[in-house]
Amino acid sequence: MSRIDEWKCEEFPRGAVIPDSGSSRDYVTGGWRSERPIRDEEKCTQCLLCWIFCPDSAINVEDEKVTTFNLDHCKGCGVCANECPADAIRMANEVACAMGEEE
Amino acid sequence: MAEQKTLATTGNVMVAEAMRQCAPDVMAAYPITPQTTIVEEFARFVAQGRVHTEYVTVESEHSAMSACVGASAAGARVMTATSSQGLALMWEVLHIASGMRLPIVMANANRALSAPINIHCDHSDVMGSRDTGWVMLFAETAQEAYDNTIMAVRIAEHPDVLLPVMSCLDGFITTHSIDRARMLDDESVKAFVGEYEPAEHTLLDYEHPVTHGSFAGLGGPFFEFKKAQREAMERSREVIRDVGEEFERLSGRPFGKLEAWGMDDADVAVVVIGSTAGNARHVARELRGTGVKAGVVKVRCFRPFPYAELAAMLKGMKAVAVLDRAESFGAEGGPLFLEVRSALYDLDRRVPVVDYIYGLGGADVRLELIREVYDDLAGMAAGATGPEGLVYLGAR
Repeated sequence: MSRIDEWKCEEFPRGAVIPDSGSSRDYVTGGWRSERPIRDEEKCTQCLLCWIFCPDSAINVEDEKVTTFNLDHCKGCGVCANECPADAIRMANEVACAMGEEE
Repeated sequence: MAEQKTLATTGNVMVAEAMRQCAPDVMAAYPITPQTTIVEEFARFVAQGRVHTEYVTVESEHSAMSACVGASAAGARVMTATSSQGLALMWEVLHIASGMRLPIVMANANRALSAPINIHCDHSDVMGSRDTGWVMLFAETAQEAYDNTIMAVRIAEHPDVLLPVMSCLDGFITTHSIDRARMLDDESVKAFVGEYEPAEHTLLDYEHPVTHGSFAGLGGPFFEFKKAQREAMERSREVIRDVGEEFERLSGRPFGKLEAWGMDDADVAVVVIGSTAGNARHVARELRGTGVKAGVVKVRCFRPFPYAELAAMLKGMKAVAVLDRAESFGAEGGPLFLEVRSALYDLDRRVPVVDYIYGLGGADVRLELIREVYDDLAGMAAGATGPEGLVYLGAR
C-alpha cells in the first residue's frame, strides 16, 4: 500500500477511504509525545488500572500482567501515572529518554 | 414529458412524496418544527408499505445525521430532514458527511435560530452551515421543493460529485401553506433517479474491508484532501446544470441556478432567495406597468454559488438590491450580499448594490416593503445616493 501522506489531491480515493482494513496499526501516532511513562516493576501491583484508563490502548498486557508501553501509540497524556494507586508510573522527559539520558 | 397530477398541498407533503418516489434505503430523522410533517408523512408511507425504507428513529438530530453517515458509508441511499436548531445540532456531522463524500440528501425547513426562541422562517440555519461542504438548493414554492429534492439525488450521487445535498424550503411559508403543485408519476421518478450504485469501498463489502473516516493529522494529507473536496464541489456546477436540463425534459419545468424575471432590459434588480421571490416579482410587475424597468433574480443554487452567471445577469444594472433573510453580524451585510458583491467585483463598471436584511424570525415581508426597496433603487438609478450601510427592512 502506498503511504497516505505521500498522496496528492488527485490521487485520493473518494472520501480518503483507505482501501485496506486494520491500517491503524501502520500509523505511528506517538509522535507528539513530550513525556513518556516509565513503570517501576517493584512498586507495580498489576492492578491494571493503567490499562483500563489508557485512551490509546498503549499499555501492553500479557497473561493479565502489564509488560511494556506501546510507544508508537502512547501520546504521553500521563493518565496512567495519574491513576496508578501504587505510584509505580512516572512521566519522564521524552527528549531525554530518546537521547538515552533516562531509562 | 411524463404524466403528472396536480395537487393542492403543502411543501412538506411534496418533499415527503419526492422522498418516497426516490425510495431511499435508509432514512434517519428527528422531527422538528416546521419540518415535522415531512418525517411524519414519510413515516406514514413506510408504515403503509408504500416505500421500503429502513426508517431509523433517533433521539436527536446529531444521531440522525450520524446514522445517515454510517448508512451512506455502508452503501445505502440515504435521506433525512431537519430545521433550525436541529441543523445546528448536526453541525459537526455535516462536515463529516461532506468530508467522507457521502451523497446524503437532506430537506431543511428554513427557520430562525435562538435566542430568543423563534420557530418561524429565516435563513439563519442554512446560512450558518454554508461552509460545511454541502451543495445547497433553495425552493420558492412547494413545486420547487419537490423538484429540487428529486434533482438533489442525482446531483449528490453523480460520480463526479459525491457530495451531500441540502434542499431548503421556507419554514411555514413553503412548508405549511397549501400550494398548487404537479407531481410526476412514481415510475418516471424511479427511472430519473435510477438504481443507486454506491461508490466503490463500502463498509458492507466484506470481501474488501476498508477504513472510513481515517486520521489525517500530524502533517498528514488533510490539506490536500480538502482541496480534493473543493474540486468535487466545483465539478458539481456542470452536473447541476445537466441534471436541471434533464429534469426539464421530464417535467416541463425549467431549472436554473439563478432564475431571472424581467432581466433582459432591467435597469434595477432585486436578488432574493426563497419564497420572497414571489412578492418581489409581484411588485416588479406592478412597477413595469408604471414604466420602471424592474427585474428580479432568484438564487436557487447557493452552493456552489453561480458567480459568473450572476455577474453576467447584473452587468450594466443602474442599481441592485440584495434581500438577505439571515444576518452575518459584523460583516458588511448578510450572507447573500457578500456573495453578490463578490460576484460583481470583476466587472469593469461598478454596479451599485445595497443590502436589505428582512424577515428575520418570520417578520412579515409585505408588498409595501418590497416597494420601498424598489423606490430606493429607482432613486439610485436616477443619481441619488442609496441607503447608508445595510437596511433592516421594516424593523421598528
